[in-house]
Amino acid sequence: MLQGIAFYLLATVAVVSGLLVVTARNPVHSVLWLILSFFSAAGLFVLLGAEFLAMLLVVVYVGAVAVLFLFVVMMLDVDFVRLREGYARYLPLAGIVAGVLLAEMIMVSITVVQGGAAKAAIGPVVATADATNIEAIGRVLYTDYVYFFQAAGIVLLIAMIGAIVLTLRHRPGVRRQDLAVQANRERAKAVEVKSVSTGQGVTPEELL
Amino acid sequence: MTDLSSALQLAAPELTLAVGGLVLLMLGAFTGEKSTRLISGLSILLLAAASVLAAVGPLGTAFNGAYVADPLAVYGKVAIFLSAAVAIVLGDGWIHRNGIAKFEYPVLIVLASVGMSMMASSGDLISLYIGIEMHSLALYVLAAYHRDNLKASEAGLKYFVLGALSSGLLLYGASLIYGFAGSMRFVDIAAFATANPGPGLIFGLVFLICGLAFKVSAAPFHMWTPDVYEGAPTPVVALFATAPKIAAMVLIIRVLVEGFGVAHGQWAQVIILISLISFAVGSFGGLMQKDIQRLLAYSSIINIGYALLGVAAGTEAGVQATLMFMTLYAIDQFGFFAVLLSLSRNGRPIRKISDLAGLKKDRPLLAVALTILSLSAVGIPPMSGFWGKFFVFGAAADAGYWMAGAAGLVASVVAGFYYLRIIKVMWFDAAETEVVTDKSPLEAKWIALVAAAFCFPLVIVALTWLEPLTRAAASGVGVG
Repeated sequence: MLQGIAFYLLATVAVVSGLLVVTARNPVHSVLWLILSFFSAAGLFVLLGAEFLAMLLVVVYVGAVAVLFLFVVMMLDVDFVRLREGYARYLPLAGIVAGVLLAEMIMVSITVVQGGAAKAAIGPVVATADATNIEAIGRVLYTDYVYFFQAAGIVLLIAMIGAIVLTLRHRPGVRRQDLAVQANRERAKAVEVKSVSTGQGVTPEELL
Repeated sequence: MTDLSSALQLAAPELTLAVGGLVLLMLGAFTGEKSTRLISGLSILLLAAASVLAAVGPLGTAFNGAYVADPLAVYGKVAIFLSAAVAIVLGDGWIHRNGIAKFEYPVLIVLASVGMSMMASSGDLISLYIGIEMHSLALYVLAAYHRDNLKASEAGLKYFVLGALSSGLLLYGASLIYGFAGSMRFVDIAAFATANPGPGLIFGLVFLICGLAFKVSAAPFHMWTPDVYEGAPTPVVALFATAPKIAAMVLIIRVLVEGFGVAHGQWAQVIILISLISFAVGSFGGLMQKDIQRLLAYSSIINIGYALLGVAAGTEAGVQATLMFMTLYAIDQFGFFAVLLSLSRNGRPIRKISDLAGLKKDRPLLAVALTILSLSAVGIPPMSGFWGKFFVFGAAADAGYWMAGAAGLVASVVAGFYYLRIIKVMWFDAAETEVVTDKSPLEAKWIALVAAAFCFPLVIVALTWLEPLTRAAASGVGVG
């Protein structure tokens, strides 16, 4: 009963906030609605008993991706009014695409219920009595899926190298601190001792 | 543990490349840009070592079927690694001449090769996707490598955005297939498709084909190709035209012929349609081009159409024909791009077809090479391009797709016009003003000459060992 209420509450909030992401006039509000939608989806995952995915959704999507969107929206000078110009014109097309996607998802769900994914040899990892699902994921991540895990690491490394290649510039003439040079500097290079006869002083020209 | 050690032995080529790439990256980071030449040389050695390891290594499957080392994968990997090595040779000279040498250039190609070889031996939807992303990310960066050049940046950005879109399509298809079949492995998917064929699985497969067709630049997913070929640095385009296309083609064979062999009737229609559209776009789109690299982009679209015809046949002979075609095509393409790299006037590369006028006096040897390469691309017997087409059309006709083969012949006649125009401008048009072509860089000139020599006399000899090799690679792969 309580679960049912929670499911419908979270699902309704997720769908409504999803709609508001698209329709909100202010892009900052769109991002805020998006965050709400992520939170409700995280709640749905908790109801399914997948608390690890729920945490991941909050940490990665709300914590990083949504905040990144917010930065982009607030810091870049994008003319959102112009971007929305074709909104009404493309609405029917978007409706058709959305309808097709919805129909496909319903089809997949029905197949799964009838025993698609559930029947297969490798089903989804279920939480056993002696392990929470975080532990269960931990057990397969470095054993069964070690190949994918390491390969995904290389993908991220390539992304990092790419960002450096495309943005790093070595400017000539930039003064950098060089500890070795600093430490090895000798007195003769830094100071010059002038002998000044008493009562005469030195002119500025002599010092140069 | 025995399981892991045997798995590591199977994956030795990828491991060598990945670990070697990381070592070279560290070497570059500590010694700076001056070590670029050294790192390029070491990368070439690394790729050569990986191809030897792939050729002599054990066969089998590892990582719960996610990694497959079979003759098809071995053939694909050796071709991919050797193409990547040639691309590094071409690229290293180019980046030094243009003063934009960075040690990341060869390292990125090595890491892209890891991704491509993952594609060639993927037995699972996840390794398929990770392999595609790994090589694509590196290629996006390479396309924009000449970052101070506006066109190169545009090419990189366009490739990146459209590539992201195609990844989305591919992932959606993969998730549909997983939802219906309940497994990521191609073996399980094949078993499921045999037991209960249904429209849902085919629906997912069509999305997957769309994503893969983008990677091989088959029409109607070719929009990025002309712009990227025109904008990206020439040696990078030489890479684009060869290794990733071979990898994606091996992957298409794996998914379609191995994973969905039972559904051959359904996907063959889609592939035939894609080839026919590629014929039309590639042959007519190229007629009006003035830029040689844009022309080669359209030529690649039409050639991918031919290669897909072999896949559509779905038979062992078809797979063999596709592998043979891609190999001969890659060598021909390296010749074209090496000729482009070795021709420049006053430090500016020759890009327009009309600039080729007067080449016969200026650089007779390269003019002969370009003529042979063009005639081979037209498919004049007994040059290499003819043999590729001969095998592909033969396989398609045997499988009952002789109508599509006939369309391919018509397309190659239309496309023949633009290759013949190159030859005509080169030999029969006089240059308007006195032209002085710069001294050709040695490595580009030699690669051009070797590729041209391969395209004409050597191919006859090469066929005698290429034919059994591709036959061995294709053995056991095929339906019907």
